Amino acid sequence: MSNNDESESLLELRHITKIFPGVKALDEVHFELRRGEIHGLMGENGAGKSTFIKIITGVHSPEAGEIILDGKPVEFKTPVEAQKAGVAAIYQHVTCYPDLTVAENIFMGHEKTSGFMKRIDWKATHAEAQRLLDQLDAKFSSYERMGGLSVARQQIVEIAKALSTQARIIIMDEPTAALTQHESEELYRITEGLREGGVSVIFISHRMEDIQRLADRVTVFRDARYIGTWPIGEISQDKLIVAMVGREISKMFPKRHIRLGEEVLRVENLTRVGFFRDVSFTLRRGEILALTGLVGAGRTEVCESIYGVFPWDAGRVFVAGKPATVRTPMDALALGIGYLPEDRQKQGLILDWAIGKNITLPSLGKYSRLGWMDEKAENAAAGTLTEKLSVKTKSIFTRASAMSGGNQQKVVVAKILTNELKVIILDEPTKGVDVAAKAAIYEIIGDLAEQGYGVILVSSEMPEVLELSDRIVVMKEGRVTACLDTAATNQEEILHAAMVIDVAHDSAARSGEAYHGRA
Amino acid sequence: MADDTGIRIDIRKRWNWREFFFQWEWLLVLIFLGVHVVNSFLSPYYLNLDTFISTPSTFLDKSFIVFPMMFVIVLGMIDISVGSIVALSAVIMAVSFNAGLPMPAAMLLCLAVATTAGMINGFLITKFKELSSVIVTLSTMIIYRGIAYIILGDQASGRFPEWYSFLGWGRLFGLPFVVVCFILCAVIFGLILHKTRFGRSVFGMGNNGLTCRYSGINTDRITFLVFMITGFMAGLTALFLTSRMGSTRPNVAQGYELEVIAMVVLGGVSTTGGVGRIAGPILAIFIIGFLGYGMGLANIQAPAVLVVIGLLLILSVLAMRVRFKIRKKSAAV
Repeated sequence: MSNNDESESLLELRHITKIFPGVKALDEVHFELRRGEIHGLMGENGAGKSTFIKIITGVHSPEAGEIILDGKPVEFKTPVEAQKAGVAAIYQHVTCYPDLTVAENIFMGHEKTSGFMKRIDWKATHAEAQRLLDQLDAKFSSYERMGGLSVARQQIVEIAKALSTQARIIIMDEPTAALTQHESEELYRITEGLREGGVSVIFISHRMEDIQRLADRVTVFRDARYIGTWPIGEISQDKLIVAMVGREISKMFPKRHIRLGEEVLRVENLTRVGFFRDVSFTLRRGEILALTGLVGAGRTEVCESIYGVFPWDAGRVFVAGKPATVRTPMDALALGIGYLPEDRQKQGLILDWAIGKNITLPSLGKYSRLGWMDEKAENAAAGTLTEKLSVKTKSIFTRASAMSGGNQQKVVVAKILTNELKVIILDEPTKGVDVAAKAAIYEIIGDLAEQGYGVILVSSEMPEVLELSDRIVVMKEGRVTACLDTAATNQEEILHAAMVIDVAHDSAARSGEAYHGRA
Repeated sequence: MADDTGIRIDIRKRWNWREFFFQWEWLLVLIFLGVHVVNSFLSPYYLNLDTFISTPSTFLDKSFIVFPMMFVIVLGMIDISVGSIVALSAVIMAVSFNAGLPMPAAMLLCLAVATTAGMINGFLITKFKELSSVIVTLSTMIIYRGIAYIILGDQASGRFPEWYSFLGWGRLFGLPFVVVCFILCAVIFGLILHKTRFGRSVFGMGNNGLTCRYSGINTDRITFLVFMITGFMAGLTALFLTSRMGSTRPNVAQGYELEVIAMVVLGGVSTTGGVGRIAGPILAIFIIGFLGYGMGLANIQAPAVLVVIGLLLILSVLAMRVRFKIRKKSAAV
């Protein structure tokens, strides 16, 4: 820990309670941030972290409790007041103006002006922006267009923006979620640099390695309550997980022995020009086939073609032994192929709708007669599925947008299950969901295989691929590079098939870092 | 499974007083009553039953398009070619009748032309995704009106048989025939929108078209059908309008598209798509209709009526925002 002598409290929150209709989002929560420390904040989705940030940044006001800054009680009624007090937040999905330059983005809202007309002083703007970027060791210019930068670099710009407002407290909300390993390292270095400069950082992350690597102390929330704060050296990973989940996840991956049935899907030399070539594999009843490879290897594209979103150009697909033509998702569903899309919010759900209506969307025909909706049958079916998948909700009339990521994902799974299917394709089903929800989803995947579905699991997470699947198909740059038996392979072999051979090939070497070895 | 779900999940919709009273339609009912109060001060003869029964026939003909336009706007799209479709189909009907086609056949031709015009819109919008509905219907708006001018030139055509005027002026069960047809359409469209698979899909697509596509909904077919129905209803409007006027010209129904869109928006249908209920636009039709009638009673000229409608539209959208904020606040307590 740096500057120990000064490690008195900078910001303290005491007994903070925030109530939304029907939900206590925060219940008497404590938090203490010291000068020049990186403070990890962990908790499952729905534990209250987001609400907590919104209280520090002045978006919400708490119903009870006090905020103490520099030893004095303060009240942030608006985000502007919080910003003036030196609080800045950097969100998971960077919010920026893609068509403006880096410098314009940094000074948006507090432009450097000169003279009576308040003209923007471009020279000073760019000089100051460049100074901030240099301070962060950024290797790009303040004249670059924001939209042309990688997510990692956009985050650096956001940090520069926070510094430009003289922020003393910087909150980072899952900043590494969208970064490669290498980019994460870069971010760690910058964050450490901020600490050296006396800035206090609240670092929120689901990734253990982020917290282990960076944080001085870590605080855990669970079910809207404060669980505890520990110096990072004094708590093990296992104990942290117990603190977050409230019980031990002894078996994240329940092993099941399922007798495989006949072949349900065969793909032969499937090609979509510009995306993938000559992709072949088979899938049997009760089998879990992992489709893995680096981000951008063409896995999602293959699945979307089989599901008819973007039809294939050449090759053949057989469903239950019969040649199949799939030009639209309707064809796929009629053949018994279901697909859980990668982006559950944009492709999987109608966020403003109740979960019940969401669930029945793909099978309106089943819950209607001659075009008339049978709402009773519809609601009954939705209720049964939400119960079966243990979606945490009181009623099927809860809006999808009001649910946590893991529960939203369960709703999307429920959607798929309304159809009579043989094959279920799950595209990154555990992306962005917390530990407990992950375990629940793994259990659902196991159940699906047990019920006789053929399951294709698209995943970049090694533990998932290795523990859940029966066989593994590895893709690289649009081609299948290996078809492995899970019992007889290991992480090295998969990584080898996914990335190497052609070391000189720059793109493969670079994107190789997109692999996250651990959940 | 891993989670402790002791609670049974509720599948029955609960009655919610706050939601009930926060419905947009209440405000429209208030405005509607307000219009009548003002009107009854303007003329001592205003408040009698016949006013309420016969006045609507003067403004209901364009309101047939309000229903399908509501579908279009719920989809998050727009159709500004409807006025031109009315003109084109009316002109073709008049010209073909005067060229010797029997009137019933000419009327069917009118509906066929309008439906085809709608299908062309739908085809262009679904086949060429890079063209937005605004661009497509702006183009066809000019084209359809242009064709009407080419066919008839800048003149009127009419001399329809006597019985044809029944559409615009006749009465059925003591009610004007237009009103009967209007009620029928309101019921049919309301049921389609709120009770059928088709209506559900329309709402879904207005909210998130991509999700609907991934959920196996034939989004192109639904868009196409909505625009086709819009064309058909514009044809129906052409029939009633021409009957009421006795003749037609290529410049009839100019500006209908904007009035119709104004009614839909005043009715609480969000222009971003996915939100709206049939009762809103129906109330809006009568608010704007009676407002125009009342101002006529007070000898206020037509252009001034437009100013008032415009102001009403701005105020209503503002009120919608205020209501949204209040709801958010009361929800946050």
